[in-house]
Amino acid sequence: MNELAAAIPWLGTRHPRAARWLVIVLMITAPLIAAFFGRTWMRVLDFALLYVMLALGLNLVVGFAGLLDLGYIAFYAVGAYTWAFLASPHFGLHLPFWIVLPAGAAFAALAGLILGTPVLRLRGDYLAIVTLGFGEIVRIFMNNLNYPVNITNGPQGINALDPIIIFGWDISRNWQVTDNLSVNSLLFYYYAFLACVIGSVIFIQRMQVSRMGRAWAAIRDDDLAAKAIGINVRNVKLLAFSLGATFGGVAGGLFGAFQGFVSPESFSLMESIMVLAMVVFGGMGNLGGVIVGALILSFLPEILRHHAVPLQQAVFGTVILDPEVLRLLIYALALILMMALRPAGLIPAHSRYSRPELLKAEPTPAEGRA
Amino acid sequence: METLLQQIVNGLVVGSVYSLVALGYTMVYGILGLINFAHGDVMMIGALVALQAILFAQKMWPSLGPLALVGIGLAVAIPTCMLLGYVVERTAYRRLRNAPRLAPLITAIGVSFLLQTLAMIIWGRGYHSFPQLISTVPMQPVEGVFVTPVQITTLLVSASLMAALLLIVNRTPLGRAMRATAENHRVASLMGVDTNKIIAITFIIGSALAAIAGVMVASNYGIAHYTMGFLPGLKAFTAAVLGGIGNIGGAMLGGIVLGLVESIGAGYIETWSFGFLNSSYQDIFAFIILGAVLIFRPTGLLGERVADRA
Amino acid sequence: MIRLLEARGIAKRFGGVQALSDVSLSINKGEIYGLIGPNGAGKTTFFNVLTGAYVADQGEFIFAGAELPRGKPHEVVARGIARTFQNIRLFRDMTALENVMAGHHIRMKANVWGILTQNRATREEERLATLRAYELLKYVGIERYADTTSKNLSYGDQRRLEIARALATEPQLLALDEPAAGMNATETGQLRTLIETIRGDGVTVLLIEHDVKLVMGLCDRVAVLDFGKKIAEDVPGVVQRDAAVIEAYLGGAHHAH
Repeated sequence: MNELAAAIPWLGTRHPRAARWLVIVLMITAPLIAAFFGRTWMRVLDFALLYVMLALGLNLVVGFAGLLDLGYIAFYAVGAYTWAFLASPHFGLHLPFWIVLPAGAAFAALAGLILGTPVLRLRGDYLAIVTLGFGEIVRIFMNNLNYPVNITNGPQGINALDPIIIFGWDISRNWQVTDNLSVNSLLFYYYAFLACVIGSVIFIQRMQVSRMGRAWAAIRDDDLAAKAIGINVRNVKLLAFSLGATFGGVAGGLFGAFQGFVSPESFSLMESIMVLAMVVFGGMGNLGGVIVGALILSFLPEILRHHAVPLQQAVFGTVILDPEVLRLLIYALALILMMALRPAGLIPAHSRYSRPELLKAEPTPAEGRA
Repeated sequence: METLLQQIVNGLVVGSVYSLVALGYTMVYGILGLINFAHGDVMMIGALVALQAILFAQKMWPSLGPLALVGIGLAVAIPTCMLLGYVVERTAYRRLRNAPRLAPLITAIGVSFLLQTLAMIIWGRGYHSFPQLISTVPMQPVEGVFVTPVQITTLLVSASLMAALLLIVNRTPLGRAMRATAENHRVASLMGVDTNKIIAITFIIGSALAAIAGVMVASNYGIAHYTMGFLPGLKAFTAAVLGGIGNIGGAMLGGIVLGLVESIGAGYIETWSFGFLNSSYQDIFAFIILGAVLIFRPTGLLGERVADRA
Repeated sequence: MIRLLEARGIAKRFGGVQALSDVSLSINKGEIYGLIGPNGAGKTTFFNVLTGAYVADQGEFIFAGAELPRGKPHEVVARGIARTFQNIRLFRDMTALENVMAGHHIRMKANVWGILTQNRATREEERLATLRAYELLKYVGIERYADTTSKNLSYGDQRRLEIARALATEPQLLALDEPAAGMNATETGQLRTLIETIRGDGVTVLLIEHDVKLVMGLCDRVAVLDFGKKIAEDVPGVVQRDAAVIEAYLGGAHHAH
């Protein structure tokens, strides 16, 4: 939150308080601003928040612990398919979201543990390629587990996933206030996702300023020195890996509910690379940067989609670069150019792993433990 | 028995292509410690450039024979890929030689996707049928086992290229400089080796091999496509790891072994898994081998040196 | 005198090189023990085997009455042995304070649940860890740099910070690998005072050092390694006159310099 505010040019440094209020106001009014431009943009905004969650989770693994995971999207898939299995007509199960979402998170965390246990001892580049292989294996299974027993329904995917229903309120329905005023469900989804993002940020910030956060930074900076001060490198890496996976699982479940269907197509390597590009673009290890990176790289392709095509038609009389190509181009260039020109990312803020203000703090009330 | 023999033949052919591409990975890794993610995409560019050249030649000189056409395709594709390999090394990787360990890998991923995007822009998103200039009519040297002339050609070309590469690396001054650079950059440059030049040449040689491999893959399947480099690229990397990354002989062996495992595995997986899995799971073998080798024997089949770079 | 650490017949081989052969020595509680020897004598290898970075081919370490685990650095630290490195290895992107707090990791208990809920125990533990880290910075004399990123500290201060980080693990034995390397006379003098203070506060010190003058002036007892073998172990005065030691140093000097 403060990091986001500080990231605002000029205002962030001159008037941090005003900047903070600006961020809050923007967060609350964003869907209304988007609605002004049309329903499409509200949808884009909702998806952007899912990407923010993914980027936050991947940042935990890549940015904090320094483990390059190229199969991250597999955990997203685990979350989404968990939702599809437990809350859709596919198996005829319709469990409520407060069971399905934690189940997806738990399965993703479990997948993270199962994958992480053997592979986390590998060096950086080998780890990257093995996790990539894991992502592909998961996708191959999603594509083919419709035979001999139909589990995933193969490449067609699973349809008609249940929406999120909170105390009997189906947030995927538009709310008809009066005859000519209705509130679009995309708005509800926005606030639901926003709540998840805020929860994630609080959690991650707490982790960062704790013995775990310091241990992650330690193994990232110097593996050997980390061992020499008694950090159990394997366990700490495993924790980062499976926590990151948990975030992927939650985001996946929300994605499934929001989209209403899941298919292997949504979980290709390209998606993993996109999330990685968001993390790299914003600034590895920096929460504000990662959020901004995810937002920019979610919106930019959509903006181009709406403007580049008419522009090209006007200038060249034909479409040379179609939107899909532009999207790929942006991600590829984001990776290459950031590494070459600004490896610390768009917002390379200094990360904090302690709270020096505690030096002046009173002992925590009641049973002050030594 | 015929099935097994058939799978072995198929495995050898696919494996020899993996070997050829694996050489590019292993040489670059041996020298820079970098997984050149974009290598498979160089192969893809090679196939598409060759396709373009062949179509052009067919239109210009309709009387040309199939061998001449393949020759023209290669004659255009090889230099194009060599140039591409050089440009990628020079512009993207060289500046990162002293960067933190993950930076070059991330760049390589970016380059891979950039090449795919460029291919998509130039050649579109569709599948192109690649003219099957060398006959694909199967012959039956043994009753029940089929081999096509294009498969035989693939095998022969790969074998001779690998032999040539071994000669270059082991018997020429250039090869010695490459081995010295792989052993230790700084020492090599102190001994008067222009390491920058050697690294560039390594990329160029690897890219030339990739171009040839691309033409062979496209000829075998009769298809060229902007994503055709990804999976073979990944498998070729697996082959390099399996053989012992950094080891040229290992890459060749790894490619053949992987080709055989895949082909035989795909033939029998249904029986082995009691009908639960079928040949659509063929690609899993490569990934499982990749993980297993890295975890249990990171030095691969032939590797001895425990590489300490990362 | 209580024996704190006993090395029994430690041997370690790298390919064709016998880096350590049958090294036995014992360190008493509360002493400053020096380990010296010419370049390549096996001092750092001994450190690495002791702290679990390498696994010894033969031999064992008895520490505070029980055998040390092999090849598990974090368990060795938990048992009470901390080390520093010859080429300083700090966590570059963390501040001095955070480096020391990281060193306290193994003595902290907070788990994910506690951190997530920020329960009272976790908050109090974090506060105490911060205070303790600051005290340790003061102890080594660099508290004014608490908020400075460690890579921006001067060389001498980085050395001090590394010692503070090692002390944060609450060791009984502090193993210092050439702490005076690259220091000038003033800095070496301050270091000497610091090591004596540390010992005075009840921590046993194992010192690998090149600076023979520092070792002879500071250590209670000294062992000399040459070609992976222990050739002497005694009080500095005796070791200095030992014929084998003089031979090792003079003979070694021809190769080393």
